[in-house]
Amino acid sequence: MTVTIFVPRDSAALALGADRVAKAIAQEIDSRRLDARLVRNGSRGMVWLEPLVEVETDKGRIAYGPVKAGDVAGLFDAGLMQGGGHDLCLGLTEEIPFLRQQTRLTFARCGITDPLSLEDYRRHNGLVGLRSAIAMSQAEIVAMVTDSGLRGRGGAGFPTGIKWKTVMDAPGPQKYIVCNADEGDSGTFADRMIMEGDPFVLIEGMAIAGIATGATKGYVYTRSEYPHAIATMSEAVEIARAAGILGSSVLGSAHAFDIEIRSGAGAYVCGEETSLLNSLEGKRGVVRAKPPLPALQGFLGRPTVVNNVISLASVPVIMERGAEFYRDFGMGRSRGTIPIQIAGNVKHGGLFETAFGLTLGQIIDDIGGGTATGRPVKAVQVGGPLGAYFPRELFYTPFDYEAFAERGGLIGHAGISVFDDSADMLKQARFAMEFCAIESCGKCTPCRIGSTRGVETVDKIRAGIEPDKNKVLLEDLCNTMKFGSLCALGGFTPYPVMSAMNHFPEDFAPVPMVEAAE
Amino acid sequence: MNMHISAGEFTARSLSIIASLKHLEGPMLPILHAIQAEFGYVPDEVKQVIATELNLSRAEVHGVVTFYHEFRDHTAGRHVLKLCRAEACQSMGSDHIADRARQVLGIDFHETTLDGAVTLEPVYCLGLCACAPAAMMDGELYGRVDEQCLGDMVREARR
Repeated sequence: MTVTIFVPRDSAALALGADRVAKAIAQEIDSRRLDARLVRNGSRGMVWLEPLVEVETDKGRIAYGPVKAGDVAGLFDAGLMQGGGHDLCLGLTEEIPFLRQQTRLTFARCGITDPLSLEDYRRHNGLVGLRSAIAMSQAEIVAMVTDSGLRGRGGAGFPTGIKWKTVMDAPGPQKYIVCNADEGDSGTFADRMIMEGDPFVLIEGMAIAGIATGATKGYVYTRSEYPHAIATMSEAVEIARAAGILGSSVLGSAHAFDIEIRSGAGAYVCGEETSLLNSLEGKRGVVRAKPPLPALQGFLGRPTVVNNVISLASVPVIMERGAEFYRDFGMGRSRGTIPIQIAGNVKHGGLFETAFGLTLGQIIDDIGGGTATGRPVKAVQVGGPLGAYFPRELFYTPFDYEAFAERGGLIGHAGISVFDDSADMLKQARFAMEFCAIESCGKCTPCRIGSTRGVETVDKIRAGIEPDKNKVLLEDLCNTMKFGSLCALGGFTPYPVMSAMNHFPEDFAPVPMVEAAE
Repeated sequence: MNMHISAGEFTARSLSIIASLKHLEGPMLPILHAIQAEFGYVPDEVKQVIATELNLSRAEVHGVVTFYHEFRDHTAGRHVLKLCRAEACQSMGSDHIADRARQVLGIDFHETTLDGAVTLEPVYCLGLCACAPAAMMDGELYGRVDEQCLGDMVREARR
């Protein structure tokens, strides 16, 4: 019987040498004349174990990792084909604690299937959600998404069903579904993983959104820093079109829906929905004032759903298993599951999908295993460059939109960057302002000018120039940016700055002047 | 890449690119990406061609080109090394790697070495945040970049 060996094609695995490992495995299969086939799957999300090689056995899939090309011959000598023992053997993949503790709904197939095999996709319940959506009325689909409690996973947390209803009710001959795949937040990679590891689930989610709202055209706006995601998505769209999932008759129904993949051009602010729409239209990616809402006047001034990748990719499982099934996970007003991305200076980094409600401490210490350097955790930044820095004292905070907001933070796109005790929080505050200055679209004054003044003010504090006065000034500046900016870039940059200053005042104390030795 | 392209040729090649993409809704970015893929940068001469074809002013096209970090106004070196400078990579020492890169190459970010081998650019996140620091060299990805890995990349580029 042909044995199947899996080597991920995910960018993180590639960055750690997966292509070299795959090539070595193919050579061994060839030279040993083995009856085996190599599948390039998505990632299981355990990045510290990448490249993670798996082999299909009677007992289930056995994992080996992290594998280097030089380990491959030895793995075959040790009986890789039968899941034989080896120093790198991790046992059954599903039994690895990091995976076993997860609730994988959105990422159910990621890392398991061949991302571009529709046959694999169907065999793992793919298209069940779309089929049931086709059998329902528009209002029924929207009600189901609303009842599931799904909120925008891009960061704003706006109820997805309400957005869909606005577009459904909006009159117009042409409506659009725009998928925001401009995942620019440092510490996040969930969108990339799903696009590279299970692209059909995003296509299915977008098709359901199209049917629900009466939109016949979809765009995936992907950042250009993700070449592999763009390539995989483009290929998947072609396959879906050829199979009749996209096109003039979605799965033989009366609904038409098609998708085009577009590439950004290195502007962080284009992750903001109105800036993204301008960019998609071919303009400078400047932010638009709201109202009008994109739901009513979005792409080319027409009714448009703008949803994050994970929001859309979570819809098929809701349609398949029902609103209640999804809603029963989570806490408070944060329903369902969230793919938490544990990143930065962490021992066990990767993607951990779970119901809302784990505490930050459980995520960092128990699941992440503390820092990679082995030093104590000093701070974690949750939610990307616009997210707050939390000290260990706040590790009791549960992962929930409201709980984070109450403590001056945000979940954002659920990425966490861990820093050890060598981090200099004043430097991090300065970087937040500097990044805002680099990426500001320039439309509104608090963001465009405030960010540059912010960098200068932090520098003055560091240099010991009237530190107390400048700290007050920095806080005042942050308030101006927070309440006076048009979008989250200028409006949320104060989160990392103020949290760094409030939680780590010792790093903002003036450095005693030291006479130069020379 | 041909470094000596006449204005007439810029126009001819641009016109055929624009003709193939003009039908798209919001064709500007796809056109600019294709132009940069063709010439290695977005030549000044081409802006007027795009403007005429899309019924825009040259200033509008110039405004779009200069808004996005990715579009160049001159060719890059033979290799482009992008180092991630964002927070997750910072937590794993990317600032040190950046300093080393500047030192080894003798240039700052956005500059090209005198031998034309390497252009050094910052990038804000490659989505490799759980195997930081991250880098990309000519589209090839690298995780857990250390000094040795950086040295290998630079040596390879200068061969």
